[in-house]
Amino acid sequence: MNLLASILGDRMSWDYFWHGWVQFGGQAATIGGALAVVAGLTYFKKWGYIWREWLTSLDAKKIGVMYTVVAVVMLLRGFGDAVMMRLQQMLASGDSKGFLDAEHFQQVFTAHGTIMIFFVAMGLMFGLINLVLPLMLGARDVAFPLLNSISFYLYLAGFVLVNLSLVYGEFGAVGWLAYPPLSELQFSPGPGVDYWLWSIQIAGIGSTLSAINFIVTILRMRCKGMTLMRMPVFAWSIFATMILTLAAFPMLTGSLFMLSLDRMMGMHYFTSELGGNAMMYINLIWAWGHPEVYILVLPAFGIYSEVVATFARKKLFGYTSMVWALMAIALFSYLVWAHHFFTMGAGGNVNAFFGIMTMIIAIPTGVKVFNWLFTLYKGRIRFDAPMWWFVAFVTTFLIGGATGVMLAVPAIDFQVHNSLFLVAHFHNTIIGGVVFGYFAGLTYWFPKIFGFKLHERLGKLAASLWIAGFFMAFIPIYILGFLGATRRLEKFDPSYGWQPLFIASAIGTAVIGLAVATQLVQLGYSIWKRKQLQDKTGDPWNGRTLEWSVPSPAPEYNFARLPVVHSRDAWWHAKQGQANIYEGAYRDFELPKNTGTGVAIGIAATIFGFAAIWHLWWLCVVAVTMVVWVLVRRMMNEDTEVLVTAAQARKLDATRKAAA
Amino acid sequence: MVKRAARLRLPPLPRWAVVCIWVAVTAIFAAILYRLTKGMNHGILNPKGEIAERQRNLLAFAAALSLLVIVPVYAMLFAFVWRYREGHKRSYKPNWDTHKVYETIWWGIPIIIIGILAAVTWVTSHSLDPYKPLASSKSPVQIQAVAMNWKWLFIYPEQNIASVNEVVIPTNTPVEFTITSDGPMNSFWIPQLAGQIYAMSGMSTKLHINAYDVGSYKGLSSNISGTGFSDMKFAVRAMHQTDYEQWISTAYASHDALNETVYSQLRKPSINNPVALYRVISSDLYDTIIARYMHPDSSQVKTTEENQPSQTKLPTSQDTDHPMHDMGGM
Repeated sequence: MNLLASILGDRMSWDYFWHGWVQFGGQAATIGGALAVVAGLTYFKKWGYIWREWLTSLDAKKIGVMYTVVAVVMLLRGFGDAVMMRLQQMLASGDSKGFLDAEHFQQVFTAHGTIMIFFVAMGLMFGLINLVLPLMLGARDVAFPLLNSISFYLYLAGFVLVNLSLVYGEFGAVGWLAYPPLSELQFSPGPGVDYWLWSIQIAGIGSTLSAINFIVTILRMRCKGMTLMRMPVFAWSIFATMILTLAAFPMLTGSLFMLSLDRMMGMHYFTSELGGNAMMYINLIWAWGHPEVYILVLPAFGIYSEVVATFARKKLFGYTSMVWALMAIALFSYLVWAHHFFTMGAGGNVNAFFGIMTMIIAIPTGVKVFNWLFTLYKGRIRFDAPMWWFVAFVTTFLIGGATGVMLAVPAIDFQVHNSLFLVAHFHNTIIGGVVFGYFAGLTYWFPKIFGFKLHERLGKLAASLWIAGFFMAFIPIYILGFLGATRRLEKFDPSYGWQPLFIASAIGTAVIGLAVATQLVQLGYSIWKRKQLQDKTGDPWNGRTLEWSVPSPAPEYNFARLPVVHSRDAWWHAKQGQANIYEGAYRDFELPKNTGTGVAIGIAATIFGFAAIWHLWWLCVVAVTMVVWVLVRRMMNEDTEVLVTAAQARKLDATRKAAA
Repeated sequence: MVKRAARLRLPPLPRWAVVCIWVAVTAIFAAILYRLTKGMNHGILNPKGEIAERQRNLLAFAAALSLLVIVPVYAMLFAFVWRYREGHKRSYKPNWDTHKVYETIWWGIPIIIIGILAAVTWVTSHSLDPYKPLASSKSPVQIQAVAMNWKWLFIYPEQNIASVNEVVIPTNTPVEFTITSDGPMNSFWIPQLAGQIYAMSGMSTKLHINAYDVGSYKGLSSNISGTGFSDMKFAVRAMHQTDYEQWISTAYASHDALNETVYSQLRKPSINNPVALYRVISSDLYDTIIARYMHPDSSQVKTTEENQPSQTKLPTSQDTDHPMHDMGGM
């Protein structure tokens, strides 16, 4: 028994398996989901296939698909959390306590925020970048394919940990940014905050590595003739985003590291006592946190820029303005972090500075909207599903931007800070800007990756339900903010008269639920009807950029011959016979071989996280040793690439063309 | 590209029908919201005090300014997507991608609007700074507010009384709240009287209010502070000067003393505390609460003195420093 105790430490306990029936639902869903995947793979004998074709693949497109799949799974879980919150707040007025106690409700909203930002939005973003960035740049792969795989598995390790908290233990009950001193050991002694810490710590390191990878890809891997100012705006948006990521995520890593030292080693960076100062953490975390929201939205701006130009069948208006606006937003996003805590009492000068910096961001953002509108002007607009998402975006995001500018005025912020007005505002920008953007992007590039389009009318129906549900869910939340309702309340006094508005919001959430269901049906139906929806041309939307010049689905090597471009919208001009982008001889090239290195590092990272959460120090050492061993072994390995000869390339190209 | 067979077998809706459906849904939704919110008068849009009223007016101004952008952009969006949809007979300029004058206009208009708002922001950030005393012929009432797990303690240092979860103030008199926390961070907020300010342990923040009307207003914490967070609410009762003085004297005459034992009892986490009144014996109760989070022995004071000079200074209730200025690392 003593031996067992020294192995398992003093933190683990059987009590963490059982919390009550509501939590049991989460446990059952997580375990059931995992078992269903394992059983399905075993029954259909797909383990070998999934290992060879997906898990060990270094093909950026496949890694992108895996990111997207994980993000969609997390979207469903995060949405489930949202439904629980809406139900609880709808029910818990006066004597009715709803079905969640305070502690559990707080875990639910902490998980909702953490999951939606770190595992849905970031996952969809890295997914889309992997899917299309190399294709757009006329490159065969990203700069560092193995690093790309490692980044994905660090993200996956975070995903495993965040879901493991449902099964064994608990999650933080402290809000998605876990302000100390509440998140310190004194007030949150359980493993919940540690699950939060280590799941995003590990995923966040993956994000930093990805940023390095994509910056180098953009700077070094562009095809011949593609100067920076000939890059598609999506590539520019990723460039801006990845610079932000590279500069911001280390701050997250640092603040989380210090908080974990406080919690594990009894240090006092952010405690109230012994010289610790929580305000340091709040400053640091938002110095990451504000760039983070632009990290999420800039790629979406890039997607809209591609979608609008393609479907208006017109050059993107004001390309240079767009690039400058992106870079201006990226720069200013570093100068605004204190607007998240005007109410800390920083005084007029500090508050005014950060308030004005914040509203300045509205200028380049406004310019982008006008440029999109004038891309539509005198175009020939085709209303396919991606355009519906764009219209949904402009109609929602404008309001989110306007409420954001109001929040940026410190004297107004004092009245709406931490209220449901704020909650409505950031959902307005993140759903309207980010989520709709990524849906547009997924719909737009789906045929390039899978070789068939998503069903059009179901997509339009989903977009309609999303936008209707969005307004029905969040306009009442805005009003509740005006009525003085703060965020994160698991119950409220019936005399406030808030309940009808919470009910209205819950109905809106149900409509969003219908929208999500429609999207799942759309996916299933499209797979079923993939023959009819097949994209034979490789260019289903009459596109403008290089990814549409290769067959669909894009081959593993992307381009049999690397393209040479002479202008922006190179493929558009090539189609009009103004230039030839594929000329010259076929050449030899190398492709990275599959490797299990990423998988092994992901497993080690998961073990490390689990060990750190439960204070199993010996296991931490084992995990770190494992990472080092895997990396050293990989470095010893000289045989990491396959050669494709020029002759083979020519043959592959001919076969693809014959098939099309 | 999409074959007939791949479509759901529903007749396609004509464009005008789609528009009608959207207009109808929006109208019904707006009507329902109007009905639901009718008669609600307790939020930040119905201020009952000087600061809240000026903040509401500022909100209205900012909203009006943003409508200057929203309305034209909506109009342009719907006009463009309607007029330039596929099949139109209007001009099509696929290569028209830049226009110096137009682009100057839409860099210019936002710059002007934001410029106006920035000027207003600069002025109001100072004029509505919660630390700024309010102009009045009367001297402000001093109240010290302490966020605890999970209740609010209000100390009246001049009247030597204290109350839990209820604060009584005179109308048309400035009140100066000095705020701290004996536990996690909270945010002190009375929506109808003034915007909020954080309550943080070991530090003091300030908030000035001036209530116009007699009445009971809700006060709450807007920053999550643990299990009992939803019960971090208090009543603010604003009454005429005479009633207020009456309340003070009854409070002083008839209730228990808030000594160390009672305070340590109060300090234990509890939810939904009933309103309670105390006489206060020690005149430096508030300072003691703050000092609890200062360095316990002199050696530590010494080591941090160089990097965090103001942290070692014991803030008093008269301390007007903004806490962020105290941060050694900033």
